[in-house]
Amino acid sequence: MQCSKCHRRAVINLQHGSLCKSHFIDYFEDKVFKTINKFQLIGRNEKLCVAVSGGKDSLTVLYLTKKYLEKNNIHSNSLTALAIDEGIDKYREKTIVDLKKFCTEYNVPLKIVSFQEELGKTLDQAYPIISKDTNKRPCNVCGVWRRYLLNKYAKNLGADKVITGHNLDDEAQAIVMNLFKANTTLAGRLGPKTGMHEHDLFVQRVKPLYFCAEKEVRLYALLKRFQIQFTECPYSKEGYRHHVQEMLNDFEHRYRGTKQGVVNSFLAMLPLLQHEKQEELPPIQECGKCHEAANTEVCNACKMKEVLEHA
Amino acid sequence: MYVEVFNEREQTATNVELEGRKVKDLLNKLKLNPEAFLVIRNDEVLTEDETLHDHDRIELLSVISGG
Repeated sequence: MQCSKCHRRAVINLQHGSLCKSHFIDYFEDKVFKTINKFQLIGRNEKLCVAVSGGKDSLTVLYLTKKYLEKNNIHSNSLTALAIDEGIDKYREKTIVDLKKFCTEYNVPLKIVSFQEELGKTLDQAYPIISKDTNKRPCNVCGVWRRYLLNKYAKNLGADKVITGHNLDDEAQAIVMNLFKANTTLAGRLGPKTGMHEHDLFVQRVKPLYFCAEKEVRLYALLKRFQIQFTECPYSKEGYRHHVQEMLNDFEHRYRGTKQGVVNSFLAMLPLLQHEKQEELPPIQECGKCHEAANTEVCNACKMKEVLEHA
Repeated sequence: MYVEVFNEREQTATNVELEGRKVKDLLNKLKLNPEAFLVIRNDEVLTEDETLHDHDRIELLSVISGG
C-alpha cells in the first residue's frame, strides 16, 4: 500500500489514509505538539517532571517534550525524568536499564524512587498482605503508591507539571471503566490535564500523547529506534482494565475510530461533569501522617502502610 | 505457503501454513487483533494489505505495554 501523501510504501493505515515512515513521524509529532498547545500543557517558565518507566509511552513523551522545548526555545534544563521502582520481580529492573541508557543519551537528569525505600516493602511483598485485609488488587495498591510518590517527588523537585505518557487507548479504557462502574467523580478527573481544581499539595498531571493511539506510539518508538525490551507486568492480566482493553481493541478493529469517538464524546461532556461534581468533592486536606494531599484525615497511601504495619 | 513467525509477546517461533497471501490473512489465522500487533519483515513495517511470500520471516511486535 502506498502513502496517501507521496509514492513511498505505507507503514500504517489510519482512519483517513495511509502514511509512509517519514509522513507518519511528521503526523505523529505534529499531533503531540498541537495537543500541548491546544490544552496549554506546557508553559514557558515551568519546571517539568516527566514520569518515566522505560516503556514506549514514557520514552516517547520524554523525547517529544524535550523536542518541543527545543523547538520553542524553552530552556530544557527545567526538565527532569522521574521513575518509580515498584519492586516487581523480573519486570521493572529490565525497563530501568533501558531508561538509564535513554536518559544518558538524551542528557536528561533521572531520579529513581523505590517502594522499598519509601514505603518499606516492594509491591511483591506488600500486595499479598494488603489484599488479605482489604481485597485490593495489585493494580490498586500500585496505582495509589505510584501516584503518591510521583506527586511527592515532583513537588520536592519543584515541578509545576508532571508529564505522563498516557495515550488514547489508556484514556478510552479509563473512560469506559468509569462509565461501567458509575465512577462519575473519578471520570471528572480525567482529560489531557488531570484534576478538577488546583491545590498547593498537588502537582498537575498532563498528557501530551492524549490523542495518540497505542499502536501509533509503538510504531513511532520503533521507527525512531528507541531501545525498548518487551516486558509484561505479571499483574497486568489480573486487572479489569485488561478486559476493557480487549473489548475496545475488538471494537476498533470492527469499527475504526471507536477509541477516538469515546475520547471525543467524553471531552465534550467533561466541562459539564466537572461543574456538576466539583461541589460534591470533599475538600483537599493535609494527611495527618505524611502531610501529603488527602481526601480524609489520613491519605490512601498511609492507610495501606498502616495495614502492613499491623499485619 | 509457509511463513516463519516470531511472536515477541509469547517469545515463540513457529511455522505457519497460510492459504491467503496477505498480512491480514496471517493475523486472522493466528486469531490476533491487528490493533495489538505490528508486523515486521526484514526490518520493515508491513500494513495489513501487504503481500507475504513463501518462507518469509515475520516478527510480530506487541503494541500493548506490559504495565
